[in-house]
Amino acid sequence: MTGNGNIRLLSRNFGKSGQAGIETAEQRGAYAMLKKAVRMKPEEVTALVKESGLRGHGGAGFSAGMKWGFIPKDTFPRYVCVNADESEPGTCKDRLILEYDPHLLLEGALICAWAVQAERIYIYIRGEYFYPTRIMHKAIEDARAKGFIGDNILGSGWSCTVHLGTGAGQYICGEETGLIESLEGKKGWPRLKPPFYPAAVGVWGKPTIVNNVETLAFVPRILEIGADKFAALGTPKNGGTALLSLSGNVKRPGVYELPMGVPLKTLIYDCGGGITADRKLKAVIPGGSSSHILTAEECENLRLDFESVAAAGSMLGSAAVMVIDETVSIPRLMVWMTRFYAHESCGQCTPCREGTGWLLRLATRIADGKGRRRDIDDLYEVANNIDGKTICALGAAVAWPTKSYIKKFRHEFEALVKE
Amino acid sequence: MQISDTLRKKAEEIFFRFPPEHREAALVPLMFEAQRELGCITPDTERWLAETVGVSLVKVREVLSFYCMFRTAPAGKFLIMLCHNISCCLAGAENLQQHLESKLGIRNGETTSDGVFTLKYAECLGGCSWAPMMLINENQYYQLTVEKLDRIIESYRKGQPILPEEPTPLLGNVGEPAPA
Repeated sequence: MTGNGNIRLLSRNFGKSGQAGIETAEQRGAYAMLKKAVRMKPEEVTALVKESGLRGHGGAGFSAGMKWGFIPKDTFPRYVCVNADESEPGTCKDRLILEYDPHLLLEGALICAWAVQAERIYIYIRGEYFYPTRIMHKAIEDARAKGFIGDNILGSGWSCTVHLGTGAGQYICGEETGLIESLEGKKGWPRLKPPFYPAAVGVWGKPTIVNNVETLAFVPRILEIGADKFAALGTPKNGGTALLSLSGNVKRPGVYELPMGVPLKTLIYDCGGGITADRKLKAVIPGGSSSHILTAEECENLRLDFESVAAAGSMLGSAAVMVIDETVSIPRLMVWMTRFYAHESCGQCTPCREGTGWLLRLATRIADGKGRRRDIDDLYEVANNIDGKTICALGAAVAWPTKSYIKKFRHEFEALVKE
Repeated sequence: MQISDTLRKKAEEIFFRFPPEHREAALVPLMFEAQRELGCITPDTERWLAETVGVSLVKVREVLSFYCMFRTAPAGKFLIMLCHNISCCLAGAENLQQHLESKLGIRNGETTSDGVFTLKYAECLGGCSWAPMMLINENQYYQLTVEKLDRIIESYRKGQPILPEEPTPLLGNVGEPAPA
């Protein structure tokens, strides 16, 4: 079950030549599951995805099938948005699907669109992903020419088009309502989110399913192997495998496909080859930069699924594991982390707009050895005043790690400050 | 102002992506295309965008100032975006920053006096597992070292750019047997 490449649902075609071309992709089975799906009733497809235990791989980990089920019964048109705005530091897995197997993503998005009877799919790619954008553009053209996109798809009587949306370098556009605003041609300010939003009120006020690239790419595989088999690959509440982005101080960083619930040590030591230069492990950021840092002791028996990581006091998020060795200064890490959020805060909510810059200034002062003892408490206090006081989760995304760095590595901050 | 036929054709292609009653949705991708062709978004271009898309000028300004990849003044011939986020810094990006600044004689956001290179630090380019990473214009480069960076920069200076590794390299990653 463990190790690299034994279970390859998503990564099966990674690295194989010609896979981005539609002929080769079809020879290897692409779109066969779309054919199967359109012969099923839409609600049967949704039920199957629900049974599989597939959870969103974009960060929040919400049940994909349940999300699809929130679409109101009588409102049309409906949209599907593929969130390809991957920009959480540490996360770099969706890029591989876009570059190596674009037709798998298209097939998954089309099956989702069939399940919710959507008429348009938007693939929203971040602006910096120039190469993946070129690949997806060609894949959409090819799939359209072959009749997988367009009118009366595979004789089902259902029509659906696929289009590209492009970001222009703003992290917040990966938040689903920020993404929708951006897609509508505005600055990507997140919207307030009542329940079932945006499934009920999304793009142009119409029902919209926003799913991450990896989540949708799993859908054809669920139809292929069956919901039971898929669910059996992971843990009881986390179906299937995950693409884990491993980065930082490891010998072989990379993206590894492993079953949900795999021990963290398997990823770091068996796949990643262990810590750079055989140094000691100091800490791990388990789910992208917005997750709480875990000390080496807390990681000892950690398993990588949503519940286990939450029980350890952090979150699996987008499954981006960043490894930190004993040579890294945690106050310096705090500077890198807060700099990101200070740069990316969209400015809509005052606590986040003002607070993120404040955090960066305090963190920089401490890391540069110019801080005062009270700066440490101020850091914590400012983070506390951002947490839970913003429209979207970006506030918490900077507040949580800030507080966890101080709680767990306070001695490093204290060693740097003057009285 | 003079708008090229290529850009007008692009605009039509982009409008096709959205329902006809939502032309304003074309603003971000069209601004991208305009910048690609014209080098930056000038006040003239803003007016053209507003008219073409059918929104007020202030809306265009709002979008222009919100997204960090848009600019109002031209960049150098080659825009270097070097990532300095957590994974890249853990892999030595700060060394690369210092090296690049002293090599080019410019700092973040500046352009060399000959107009060839503009340097801009980026907050995560999505290459974390192959860090450090940079983009030069639309080309992606991974696993940078000082030597590799020097080779790439020199190749651009000579006008014969080293082609990037596309797609993302897989060595030691998923789908490949782990190296011994």
